[in-house]
Amino acid sequence: MDAFTTHTGTAAPLRRTNVDTDQIIPAEYLKRITRTGFEDGLFVAWRTNEPDFVLNQPQYADASILVAGPDFGTGSSREHAVWALLDGGFRAVISSRFADIFRNNSTKAGLLTVVLPQDAVEALWAAVEADPTTQVTVDLEAKQVGYDDVTVAFDIDDYTRWRLLEGLDDVGLTERNLPDIEAFEAGRPSWLPHAQPVS
Amino acid sequence: MPTTLAEKVYEAHVVRRTAGEPDLLYIDLHLVHEVTSPQAFDGLRAAGRTVRRPDLTMATEDHNVPTLDILAPIADPVSRAQVEALRKNAAEFGIRLAPMGDRDQGIVHVIGPQLGLTQPGMTIVCGDSHTSTHGAFGALAFGIGTSEVEHVLATQTLPQYKPKQMAVTVDGELPPGVSAKDVILAVIAEIGTGGGQGHVIEYRGSAIEALSMEARMTICNMSIEAGAKAGLIAPDQVTFDYLQGRTHAPTGADWDAAVEYWRTLRTDEDAVFDREVHIDAATLTPYVTWGTNPGQGLPIDAAVPDPASFADEGDRRAAEQALAYMGLTPGTPLREIEVDTVFLGSCTNGRIEDLRVAAELLRGKRIDADTRMLVVPGSVAVKAQAEAEGLDKVFLDAGAEWRGAGCSMCLGMNPDQLKPGERSASTSNRNFQGRQGKGGRTHLVSPSVAAATALTGHLTAPADLQESVTV
Ligand code: SF4
Repeated sequence: MDAFTTHTGTAAPLRRTNVDTDQIIPAEYLKRITRTGFEDGLFVAWRTNEPDFVLNQPQYADASILVAGPDFGTGSSREHAVWALLDGGFRAVISSRFADIFRNNSTKAGLLTVVLPQDAVEALWAAVEADPTTQVTVDLEAKQVGYDDVTVAFDIDDYTRWRLLEGLDDVGLTERNLPDIEAFEAGRPSWLPHAQPVS
Repeated sequence: MPTTLAEKVYEAHVVRRTAGEPDLLYIDLHLVHEVTSPQAFDGLRAAGRTVRRPDLTMATEDHNVPTLDILAPIADPVSRAQVEALRKNAAEFGIRLAPMGDRDQGIVHVIGPQLGLTQPGMTIVCGDSHTSTHGAFGALAFGIGTSEVEHVLATQTLPQYKPKQMAVTVDGELPPGVSAKDVILAVIAEIGTGGGQGHVIEYRGSAIEALSMEARMTICNMSIEAGAKAGLIAPDQVTFDYLQGRTHAPTGADWDAAVEYWRTLRTDEDAVFDREVHIDAATLTPYVTWGTNPGQGLPIDAAVPDPASFADEGDRRAAEQALAYMGLTPGTPLREIEVDTVFLGSCTNGRIEDLRVAAELLRGKRIDADTRMLVVPGSVAVKAQAEAEGLDKVFLDAGAEWRGAGCSMCLGMNPDQLKPGERSASTSNRNFQGRQGKGGRTHLVSPSVAAATALTGHLTAPADLQESVTV
């Protein structure tokens, strides 16, 4: 995955709560077996049916930061939602609350999810609506979001931050602990089920 | 220190704990389906890795599978390619697969319990958010993304932070006609779609203990709809009785050892939960959703709410958007909402008990002439069992369609979809915009409300039917 240190770009205000992953990318796009090329499915129902949907507005078409209402990414575990946002040009999503699986997926694929208090989200919405060219900086090193003369700190656990800053692959990290895994396996009760067919 | 059931299961699976890092958690069972796995297998291949424990991994085909002509090649070439990719990956990496037509095939969360692969105290994951279903056995079971699927395939472990603990206690007796589905819809309406975020929910109380295993699965299934990482229920005699004799359940001395351990899987009396919710079972009625997220539900006696009645601006806006999408007017009694389609199936309500409840209401009757009803068993085994009991005939005689097993209209990745503007009463778990087909409108209901609705053509509680008979 690509490392994330700091990113500056314009932001799109998505004033919706409970944006579920079926809206981010509907199931029909999940039939593909590749990991890229999902931008055509990103918010496709809203882009198609709602002319004034935020990403249909030219001033937000090039936004690389999405600022959404609470409970973003609920529903299906599809990591395709994260891939579609990345493929659609987004590097970060800001919300006051993310669904757990979506947030977890984002950290595996290099999309930064930033939790800010709802009043900070409202202020950011107001700023980018007043001036869509507002440059917003999401700085993972300093753990802060900045625009105009505003700076808001955000929290992220040190381990996830380190992995994102370095762009590290989890599997490689875990493989260093192979002896621990082998020791654990040696102690598992023998009656635990195995998936092989039983005749 | 007193601990909760979820904490006990979690702690028993910690492979490695180091300050400043997530715990490394061992995974006892990894279930795989065709939609969220192809990129994970590609990742393994690209890195030259193998599957560490193919014997703890099981795959099935469920999301894309057609429910008609299941032995013919899949007509949609993209769906077919995805299913073929799973077959190729399973063969290459030595994983057991239950393909279409196999007696073990079915929705991933239906076949795990049915085969006895799901057991108390286990850690279970799947690239699918409804993995929480398996928590009904007292397992810690949760959905993961494709990168994590790759991680589990390669290492049989996952880096995890210990989740917070929440208790949902349902005491008392459920009124007749009120089912597990109504309980969980009421819970979600109460705590909201983000209410369980970061938590594992333990469902407890006398009303939960009185439920069958299948009803417990319905409850745990929708934990994700409340935003929770997982949901679980302490194993008891009901659990053991369900498991005994199943294909992969332990036998002989192993069975005794297992049960002895399983009996220890209970929350300590003075364990502390981060959040507690209490619900009085006696006050519950059949629930239906009116909006486009599972938290937008109400008792069937209610009317479509007025967005202006919501205090929170976000909720108000969400209600406005939902009503516009659903084509509903505030104040309309929920019972007056007419549906085009009734869908009985999914990992929430596609098991034999669900089919029995619905068939009982339909026996000897005809469904409404303008309503179509699709009955999709959760697995090949459920289908066979239903046919052995003659339920297929009850559904067919009533005018419903009897289909092959799979996810079907729960998410419409196969040809079973709503058309734009069509409205369904569905026993599945998600009423998201477009979930059951582009422009489709979904009302989530229990199996008995689904059957009653099929008979009348509008949202109906089973009790309404009896009233109309006696009047
Ligand atoms: S039945 Fe629906 S919710 Fe369950 S696994 Fe299939 S698609 Fe997912």
